[in-house]
Amino acid sequence: MKNNPQLNRNGELQHLLTIEGLPAATLRHILDTASSFLNVAEREVKKVPLLQGKAIFNLFFEPSTRTRTTFEIAAKKLSADVINLNVGASSTSKGETLLDTVDNLAAMQADMFIVRHSQSGAPHLIARHVAPHIHVVNAGDGRHAHPTQGLLDMFTIRHYKQDLTSLRVAIVGDMLHSRVARSQIHALTTLGVPEVRVIAPKTLIPACAERMGVQIYHDMAKGLKDVDVIIMLRLQNERMRGALLPSAQEYFKYYGLTTEKLALARPDAIVMHPGPMNRGVEIESSVADGVQSVILSQVTFGIAVRMAVMSILMGSGAGSKQ
Amino acid sequence: MKIHIKNGRLIDPNNNIDAQQDVFIAAGKIVAVGAMPERFNANRTIDAAGLVVCPGLVDLSARLREPGLEYKATLESEMLAAVAGGVTSLVCPPDTDPPLDEPGLVEMLKHRAKSLNQARVYPLGALTQKLGGERLTEMAELHDAGCIAFSHADVPLADTNVLLHAMQYAATFGFTVWLRPQDAFLARDGVAHDGEVATRLGLASIPSCAETIALASILTLARETGARIHICRLSSREGVALIRAAKAEGLPVTCDVAIHHAHLSEMDIGFFDANCHLIPPLRSQRDRDALREALADGTVDALCSDHAPVDDDAKLLPFAEAEPGATGLELLLPLTLKWANEMGISLSAAIAKISAEPSRILALNNGHLGAGQSADVCIFDPEKYWQVEPRSLKSQGRNTPFLGMELQGKVRYTLVEGHVVYEASA
Repeated sequence: MKNNPQLNRNGELQHLLTIEGLPAATLRHILDTASSFLNVAEREVKKVPLLQGKAIFNLFFEPSTRTRTTFEIAAKKLSADVINLNVGASSTSKGETLLDTVDNLAAMQADMFIVRHSQSGAPHLIARHVAPHIHVVNAGDGRHAHPTQGLLDMFTIRHYKQDLTSLRVAIVGDMLHSRVARSQIHALTTLGVPEVRVIAPKTLIPACAERMGVQIYHDMAKGLKDVDVIIMLRLQNERMRGALLPSAQEYFKYYGLTTEKLALARPDAIVMHPGPMNRGVEIESSVADGVQSVILSQVTFGIAVRMAVMSILMGSGAGSKQ
Repeated sequence: MKIHIKNGRLIDPNNNIDAQQDVFIAAGKIVAVGAMPERFNANRTIDAAGLVVCPGLVDLSARLREPGLEYKATLESEMLAAVAGGVTSLVCPPDTDPPLDEPGLVEMLKHRAKSLNQARVYPLGALTQKLGGERLTEMAELHDAGCIAFSHADVPLADTNVLLHAMQYAATFGFTVWLRPQDAFLARDGVAHDGEVATRLGLASIPSCAETIALASILTLARETGARIHICRLSSREGVALIRAAKAEGLPVTCDVAIHHAHLSEMDIGFFDANCHLIPPLRSQRDRDALREALADGTVDALCSDHAPVDDDAKLLPFAEAEPGATGLELLLPLTLKWANEMGISLSAAIAKISAEPSRILALNNGHLGAGQSADVCIFDPEKYWQVEPRSLKSQGRNTPFLGMELQGKVRYTLVEGHVVYEASA
């Protein structure tokens, strides 16, 4: 395995491109820093001056509302200047290459790029290309990774369950196309969760998935038995090609989370979903809005986690070391 | 021009020679090996002390990018890369722009290549017009124009009925059909092997069965039609097993492996190294080990460079969008030596994989140094270490997964038809 490109020579986080290969201490440091940012929203002035004068470019080559907005809010709470660019509709459509676009923005004194791209590995390419003082955060690339989502999910689980080292976690749905699932799995296994299950039909599970440290189930009844955390995944209809599923109805019947299926899990199990949800396809409304659902907390925690990531990368967090 | 190559370690696998012997060349041919012929007055003497003298290398797959793709490479640049790598004969697939599907294009390519007086170029003709997979080309005409065999390059030929007819037609004239086995549907959109790395990196994948299903179809059609088949760039362990069984059965089939597949696996992709975006994809370590063994035991007949010069811009893209391919002509020899060294295989057997064996597949008579042969010779320093860097390569394509690696074995002289076409300092 080649060196992890997101760590500098001292093992400090230079970019956040994927959870893969990050030490558990680095992940815990991000989560702890996020905890310290949680109360910023409750202050009269909902800002801290940590990144004052820094320019953060939201570089979105693929449409997004939720993720882009939370990154923007997080950056503004840190007092950074935020520039939002919907690049898919501008430069690249005129034939400019990805790296040309990046070069131009870097020349505008960017300090950080938050990158979303439809191709796996695009943030890695950018990170290899930019000057050392510029940091890159992957905000979702192809099917590869969505590390801040993975971290905010860990934050949520830790918030509700405290000790991760005694949990059973089930991830349900389209792992094949899911960057979120990959980041969650790396984060869960790195943080010592002893049992991570993936539940889906064979068409939605990639080859060698078990090498990522998960157990594969095709039956919800068996897979959900006694789990502490259920993470539902969105069906990535826009990425699906070919005959992967016969119908949304059949999918919901066998893999949708209903009250009855939820009862198979531990009584205090929490239900998560990275959103946006397809109600009646992945999850029943009564479950999505039910007492065990922590879906809206995930969104709130997402801002604190992104603040933590940005401040740590810029060396302004509660200590940038691991 | 008379040339005397003296003091070298002559390795000629075809003639079972591995000894210090001199070679004498006159009028473009080998006139003697060993003792100097009477009245031989050399115009030039090459002192090959400490060097290996072997047949010029024969590469079964090198794209020259002409016609039509000169922004990636030109005949001039790639022919220079060939001779710098000791390659004196090369086969170019028909995936040019336009594809090699008309006799005029083939004649022009042959003429251009010949006028450069460097390596010999043997084009493969397209099996179907414009590589469209529908209408057969004028194979007999293309053969007369200089095509040595017929292929569909890397373009999927999904219609097995067309493939059946292409094989039948080729068999009519005794032409060999060269195919890279890959099921078009199973490989659709894929950019990496369907394994651990593609799963981890979220890359669209190509399963090994994309190769074996296509290979099983090709072998079945070969049985049906009696066509001679050459399988290009085998990549999987299961594919090796199918070839082994086909050969045991007596089917007229040969096959090659790309030099990078003998050394690399999906793990080398690391974190999206676009230089490892190759066709077929780098597969698992078990596949790689099976290919290395199959080369050693003769199931796989030859190694090729699979040279595909790609311009830098085409690699500076996210992995899936980056153009597949790597430069290879200048790495064929050192990487073959590396494989042999790691497998404990003799230098002679290694050199056979890139000279005598490919020459046999092509039914040419230029992979050895017997008296009367055309003097195509490679003289290399087997001890010389060199680092693969963009500036150390003659090819216009500077992208290879081996960049930065130190390799052993460097070509010092290359002779084609008795002319020194490449000469490097010690």
